[in-house]
Amino acid sequence: MSRQTGRGTETKKVSAELFTLTYGALVAQLIKDYESDEEVNKQLDKMGYNIGVRLIEDFLARSSVGRCHDFRETADVIAKVGFKMFLGITPTVANWSPAGDEFSLVLDNNPLTEFVELPDGHQNLNYSNLLSGVLRGALEMVQMEVDVTFLQDALKGDNTTEIRLKFIRRLEDALPAGEE
Amino acid sequence: MADEALFEFLHMEVVSYLFKTADEEKCIPILENMGYRVGHSLAERFTRDSSRFKDELDIMKFICKDFWTSVYKKQVDNLRTNHQGVYVLQDNRCRVLTQISASKQYLEAAPNYLAFPCGLIRGALANLGISCIVTAEVQNMPACKFQIMIQRSQ
Repeated sequence: MSRQTGRGTETKKVSAELFTLTYGALVAQLIKDYESDEEVNKQLDKMGYNIGVRLIEDFLARSSVGRCHDFRETADVIAKVGFKMFLGITPTVANWSPAGDEFSLVLDNNPLTEFVELPDGHQNLNYSNLLSGVLRGALEMVQMEVDVTFLQDALKGDNTTEIRLKFIRRLEDALPAGEE
Repeated sequence: MADEALFEFLHMEVVSYLFKTADEEKCIPILENMGYRVGHSLAERFTRDSSRFKDELDIMKFICKDFWTSVYKKQVDNLRTNHQGVYVLQDNRCRVLTQISASKQYLEAAPNYLAFPCGLIRGALANLGISCIVTAEVQNMPACKFQIMIQRSQ
């Protein structure tokens, strides 16, 4: 019975690791499939987008967050509710542009890269690019077109991971989901 | 803590990506290998602080209870064995199948979604010192039987 003790508490952690490891296996597969890092980034973004357009439903259903009044509120909801719910972290919202249409999410620790070291020769790979796609897809479903880029990546030796979100425009009609 | 919805969506994306890009007969082994890799690492981390397993059956129980719960939020419903190296794990509501329509229509697609879980089991068992072949069988969605055939070294 001694083995049983302590296992329950680890269950939650293990399920986070399940996601992290599965994602790692996916990136490894993509690197095998594509010649260039740019292609891998693009594919990760596309898959993230497909996840994002569906994940938003789950998010809205469970968070009971209402309509955001401005982009600042959106930023807070993404960081404090969205990231908290799905990845268990709360990035810092920082570096607002003067016009208030651009901000950064600063991740002190990134659960996706927990077991990762980038091998040489992949300087252009945005390992966590799935996140950009997820954010883009999810926001598109609430009528916001945004541009998401990685400004800094701790994997590449930067101090933190910084994701930049730029508001492009308000979409008038929701686009059909599931399109690539 | 990663939410399970996120993992489910990721898994679906991986399956759909592979079937769009790779040859059909290659997809299943690729998925299985990804599962193997993940299961192998998970079992390693999962049993870090635990004492030694008593025997093979003890390991199987671990897979059915702790391992399955952490991955799919439920236990395996039934474990059977012929005591000659074959184990059958029955999951009456297999998490990867519950999101698919339960009609016969998608029965053909079920193996695509079960390759990863098969690999998970094989990987976890390999880490615990059991080499085996894992196959899945679906008769009625979303119930699924995983058959584990232990490979004894000569």
